[in-house]
This record gives sequence, structure tokens and C-alpha cells, in this order.
Amino acid sequence: MIKILIANRGEIACRIIQTCKKLRYQTVAIYSEADKESLHVKLSDEAFPLKGNHTKDTYLNGEYIIQLAKENNVTAIHPGYGFLSENSDFAKKCAEAGILFVGPKPEHLEMMGEKIRARQLMEQLNIPVIKGNSHPIQSVEEAKEIAFDIGYPVMLKASSGGGGIGMKLIENQEQLEKEFVATQTRALQFFANDDVFIEKAILKPRHIEAQIAADTLGNIVFLFERDCSIQRRNQKVVEEAPSPFLSSHGRKKLEEYALTIAKKMKYINVGTIEFLVDENENIYFLEMNTRLQVEHGVTEGITGIDLVEWQFRITFGEILPIRPHHVEMNGHSIEVRVYAEDPKTFFPSPGTVQHCSFPEVEGVRIDTHLYDGWVVSPFYDPLLAKVIVTSKTRKDAVQQLQSYLLSVRIEGIKTNVPFLIDILSTKGFQEGDYATNFISEYQKVK
Amino acid sequence: MENLTAMMAGSVWKLLVAVGDEISSDGEYVILESMKMEIPHAAPYKCKVVNVFVQEGDFVNEGDSLIQVEKLG
Repeated sequence: MIKILIANRGEIACRIIQTCKKLRYQTVAIYSEADKESLHVKLSDEAFPLKGNHTKDTYLNGEYIIQLAKENNVTAIHPGYGFLSENSDFAKKCAEAGILFVGPKPEHLEMMGEKIRARQLMEQLNIPVIKGNSHPIQSVEEAKEIAFDIGYPVMLKASSGGGGIGMKLIENQEQLEKEFVATQTRALQFFANDDVFIEKAILKPRHIEAQIAADTLGNIVFLFERDCSIQRRNQKVVEEAPSPFLSSHGRKKLEEYALTIAKKMKYINVGTIEFLVDENENIYFLEMNTRLQVEHGVTEGITGIDLVEWQFRITFGEILPIRPHHVEMNGHSIEVRVYAEDPKTFFPSPGTVQHCSFPEVEGVRIDTHLYDGWVVSPFYDPLLAKVIVTSKTRKDAVQQLQSYLLSVRIEGIKTNVPFLIDILSTKGFQEGDYATNFISEYQKVK
Repeated sequence: MENLTAMMAGSVWKLLVAVGDEISSDGEYVILESMKMEIPHAAPYKCKVVNVFVQEGDFVNEGDSLIQVEKLG
């Protein structure tokens, strides 16, 4: 009997449980006090409470989670995304406890966890990175010198950052003086590491990422790209596969870079390599996410693969079910992230979901943990649901998604659904002509 | 005298003023945190702090009063 502990919450915990049920694995959920009535708790075979609500006491409490896993004869721990998913120390401790960690090896997590180390590796591999410094900056004076050399605008980034937290666009020296210490402080607070670095800001880039999977025998497959350029506050809002922008030449280059990196690292499991692509289709390495991505559903939409199933199979030492270059891409898939937030200001909107409905429609997939009466707490990120549409063409997918979103009902809290409908209706989105500044530009026009 | 209120539900992450302080127009007086996001709250006009209703760590709902101020010239 295979038993999986899901060290996560929300929609992703529910999504992982689904695959476990398909594969006939037993499931163990864990939950904070605020998540006692959560859907992932109801869906799992067993569930154990964690004391409190602070993430460090609950979903980040690796030691206790491993203890629970040991006491309950758990085979493997799936960390989902966020929380412990990229924590090499946790992965090591799982191994020491004789429990499988559903993800890559601790050394892979380490290699890519620190952005500065990752950049150094890319330089060795001759993979373009955005001009910047590759050691932690000590002082404002040093930061000013580096920014002057690179030329404004620059991005100020926390070395251990992610998800858009701990990065700031800096337009001039005055702003740099104001933001340097604040960014360091935030980095320390969020990531327990105050290393920051600076890189050249590329102003109208597209965020395009390569999905790969690799087994323990060294087989690596490229599962195409996702375009995640529609972002607010550096967090993704709309994602699609394939990218409406990338040429077949660009896709080849992306594949070549992604496979080179995975091969050099001897990477195992699914992973995502994020790139920035400028207007002339120059591709720059951004970072690698050594885990399942939030937006993995659009890749599943166009390939028919269950990436969570692949994660388990790879973890259990199985060979990849598809040979390299035998993966087919079918149709077009678009995902929107439904957030609990004001659709105009994007301010968080926690509270009770009085009523919600997501009608069942062919070609539409809903990943959510919502139900009537669920209380959206202020402790966690605002993601409520992912709506994923897969159609034959991009045009069909956009249309179907637009009309579907009009039928979604979520009452009791504010959501960004009206905003998502607006975004899908813009000429820029409909023509696939957008960059990462799309939302901020759109708001200026409004 | 007027109360300045929370624009969203969340906890008080940083309280930046005390009674008697002057805040410039657009000056930040409190930073709320919710759903892993910090939202600075700024005064709509130049004012003096008369009363502070919250402490760091407090949970507030959207519309709750955070501080009371007296408008300055």
C-alpha cells in the first residue's frame, strides 16, 4: 500500500489528492487551525491537525511533518508548490527518515534555490543571463556603482526571493537609495537571507517558461512552453500554452537551453525553467523552479499528461512513459487565476464565501478548494481557483474562457473575475500581443 | 477630526506613527499585511495623529478605524 502525505493546502492539495485516488494511493492531509474545514481535509483518507496558523508552525514545520509521516507509515511526501517544495534541508531530512520526497534531489534544490548560484551555472553553460552582478551586494554605495555600470532601469532582487516578492524596479539613483535597505529588510524577513543583487531591467519582456521532466535513468523530455506574461505585482494571472509569441525557431532554442540545463544538473523529476524573452526573441535565463508549478494545468491541457502522476512515477524510480521527442502538442490551453482580491485595486479580500458555482462544461477544468461557506483566511495567498480551458485553437480557447467566466459565481468576497473578463477582452490579449507590463499599462489607460 | 480606515482586511504589520506625530500628505502611517501582501496606508492630507486604535499584530477588517487625525493647514 502506497501512502502519500500532502504537505500543502488549498487547491493544489486537492489536485494532488485527485491523482493519488486515480493511482489508488492512500492520502494523508495536514491542516492548520484556519484550514480545519478545508476541502483537502475532507477529500483525504486521513488528516492531522497542525497547531496554530503561522506558516512556520504549520505548513513549514518540516520536522513535525516528517514525524507525522513516520508515525503513520507514509511512503512519500508531496510538497506541492511553495512552502517546503524547494527546501533542500527538508528533502534531506525526508531521506534520512526513510521517506521519499516527491521532487528532485536536495542538491538540485540547493543549486537553483539561490538565484546567484544559478546565474553562475548559466554563465558556465553559455546560456544568456540578464546583465547584472553575481555576488551579494553589501552596501548602498556598492549598489549604486553596479547600477551605474549596468545602466538604469535595473531590477533589485532578493537572492532567495520568488513569486515576485522581494523584487523592485528601480528607475534612478534616488529610488535605489530609498529602496535598497527596504529590499534587504524584506528579504531577511521573508526568506531569512538578506542577500540582494541587481540586474538590468528589460522593459517589455515576455515571461516564457519551459516545462521539463527527467527520470532517474537520465531521460529528459521537453513538454513545451507556457507564456505567463500577464502578471500583476510580478505574480502570474493568466497563463497559456503554447506561447502566442514564440516562433518555432524560438521554441527550438528554448528547448535546447532547457535540456542543456537539466542535463548538466543531472536533474530528476518535473521542473520549470523560466526565461525572459525580449522583442527580438533573445532568450535570457531567469530562474528554475524545481517543483510543480501553479500553472502546470495548461501543459497538461495540450499534452494530455498528468504531471503529478509523472512526479510520483519518477520518484518511485519508473522510466518516463514517453520517449524524448515523442510528446505531441494538441490545441491551445489558457488558465486564469481567480484571486480573492478587489478587481480594481488588487487589495486582498478575505472573508466567507457565501455561495460559489463553477458550472461543469466540456473543455473547462476547474482546480479549486472552494465550497459554499468556506472562509478565505488572511494567512495564505489569495488563490481561490484556476480555470483552465483547452480548445483546438487559441481563438476558441479565449472565447470559451470569456463566456465561461461570465457564468462563474462567487459571492461573499471580492474576486478578480471581472478583471479577468476585461483582460481577455482586450485587443492586446486577443491578438497575443502582450508583455509583462500589460496589466500596469492597461490600468494606466483605464 | 477624522478617522483613517483600513482599505482591506488583514493584520497590522507595521505601525509607523504615534500620538502627536505629524504625517505629510501621502505619508505612510500603517502597513497592513494580508495574504502574503503588504499594503501601506497613506494619509490623504497633511495631518496630526490624535489617536491610535491599533497595535502591531492586531487583525482589522476592511473599514475599521486605524488612527484618528486632525487635518493640518
